[in-house]
Amino acid sequence: MTMTTSHITAKLELYRVQVALREFERRAHDLFLENLVKGTSHLGLGQEAVAAGVAAAMRPTDWTFATYRGHNHTLARGVPMTPVLAELMGRSNGLMAGKGGSMHLTSVEHGMMGSYAIIGAHLVIACGAAWSAQYRGTDQVAVCFFGDGTTNIGAFHEALNFAAIWKLPVVFVCENNLYMEYTRTSDITAVEHPAADRARAYGLEPIIVDGNDVDAVFEVASTAIDRARAGEGPSMIEAKTYRHGGHSRADPGKYRPDEEVKAWLARDPIPMYHSRLLAEGASEEQLVAIHHAVMAEVDLATEEAKAGTPPGPELLMKDVWADGGSQWRN
Amino acid sequence: MAQLTFREAIAHGLAQEMRRDPSVVMIGEDIGAAGGVFKGTVGLFEEFGPVRVRDTPISEQAILGAAMGAAMTGLRPVAEVMFSDFFAVCWDIVANEIAKSRYMTNGQVSFPLVIRSGNGGGLRFGAQHSQSVENWAMMVPGLKVVVPSNARDVIGLMAAAIRDPDPVIFLEAKALYPTKSEIPEGEILDTLGTATVPRSGADATLVALGAMVPRALAAAEELAEQGIDCTVVDVRSLVPLDTQTILREVSATGRMFTVEENPRLCGWGAELSSIVTEEAFYDLDGPIVRITTPHIPLPAADALEDLAIPSVERIVETVVKSMNS
Repeated sequence: MTMTTSHITAKLELYRVQVALREFERRAHDLFLENLVKGTSHLGLGQEAVAAGVAAAMRPTDWTFATYRGHNHTLARGVPMTPVLAELMGRSNGLMAGKGGSMHLTSVEHGMMGSYAIIGAHLVIACGAAWSAQYRGTDQVAVCFFGDGTTNIGAFHEALNFAAIWKLPVVFVCENNLYMEYTRTSDITAVEHPAADRARAYGLEPIIVDGNDVDAVFEVASTAIDRARAGEGPSMIEAKTYRHGGHSRADPGKYRPDEEVKAWLARDPIPMYHSRLLAEGASEEQLVAIHHAVMAEVDLATEEAKAGTPPGPELLMKDVWADGGSQWRN
Repeated sequence: MAQLTFREAIAHGLAQEMRRDPSVVMIGEDIGAAGGVFKGTVGLFEEFGPVRVRDTPISEQAILGAAMGAAMTGLRPVAEVMFSDFFAVCWDIVANEIAKSRYMTNGQVSFPLVIRSGNGGGLRFGAQHSQSVENWAMMVPGLKVVVPSNARDVIGLMAAAIRDPDPVIFLEAKALYPTKSEIPEGEILDTLGTATVPRSGADATLVALGAMVPRALAAAEELAEQGIDCTVVDVRSLVPLDTQTILREVSATGRMFTVEENPRLCGWGAELSSIVTEEAFYDLDGPIVRITTPHIPLPAADALEDLAIPSVERIVETVVKSMNS
């Protein structure tokens, strides 16, 4: 099969973004082992196709709300690697000057409205942004990513009902990686498809997609985002995927059966897309060049992040209030 | 000058701000055609319509999450949490999300929103619909906390809260809803973080908040008859806190009594006591005394609830005993 030039350009970009997310996360992991990245971190290794596919369907003015597993979603909105890596390392050249850390990546100028670390909260917050777009008559859409574990907390259900009754321009994207932290979600959930099956209860079509197929993700996300933009209300997408590592830095993921891990690694979104692009007419040289360019970007970001200074004490008391300060008394 | 009740002043204050700024919108349970369960929003639905005065399901997390998401994208929402006790089911949004996101993002986002809530006891509603939760909010960095004590201040402080670029928890003492005060003509706009001194005296300073202000004033009248001349400070705003007015008024009399509706432990009066002790210790002529609700859940029966919440009689007795000891 052959592709048109614009088609292949778009697909090569989807490939590039996935490779960038993958190599960034690998580097973040390496820097952990060197104790340069502190605290905790929740890597998105294996889930790149969801972030890349959905982001490609968004306009720059649309909003992303992500979870503490948000590196992928931040980078996919076009936030440069250096400030993200520097944020993970607690440097002054970090995205939030080191004040937020891995779990709270935010870049409003890129439409990245925050990474939220308390399960469920950002679904209702995304509803608020969507309400604001609806009230102000803009055609912005809020896209909210969350994991399968989130479908069992109350805020998930409040958000779905709220979005449905107000017909809000919000697209919920469940990254179902089968595990709620260390426990199989199917063991602690009343339905088979934790997000899609619940969507029906709120009058939404259940949409299930192969979350390791970036083209498929792009397609369903485009449809849902277009619907939201046209005033036709919210959508719920459940993307089936798998995280290659454990839940967080502290978790080796030993609770997962070897054969399950093997089966999912064989469905790694990046090699799968690599093969598809070759079959569709891209050249190996093109794909290698993309990989080289990404590695150069990751290396440069690593050097720039390492060169960042620790945040100065003047930042400690800054920006509690909109006046930039933290004064609570006169 | 017209008289308005505290509850009428809520709608009056909201309407004043909604007329001047189309980005001010309201959400909450039963706030629309019903006019609010405490009738605090009567007339707003009729004047501003269902798009700006919007009823919600019983979903406090969604109400406050929506307010947060709207505030960070250009609106100035006023959300109602019907009873402040219900903050317990949506405190994540208040304490973890709204309060912290500005700091965590190095100032990338702002939350110009107000959360109104009926607070406190006196209505015989029992332990889950009568709490004074101002201390829950006061102890979270990133929240402003405003508690008016009369109808005029409701309007002025509401206007200040809505125009403020930061999140404000606006607590309406339920016991005060039927109380009336004189309302001047025209726009009323106060400044957050300013205490007032509704009564000046020479012997002792009673520092009170919300529904305890009229009780402190009534107590001061009785104390005057017994020869103890009291200043009453209406704190009005816990964050920001007008410590200068409090320090000045306490130093002038040499005695401080706090009158707090909240249960004893970690009440705002404890923080004020700490500040006064650190900064005005040598102006004190006697110990600081806190008059609070005991450290108990509030009972429903009127006979018991009246024993729990500081009464005029208890304020008078406590002050007399302490001043004479």
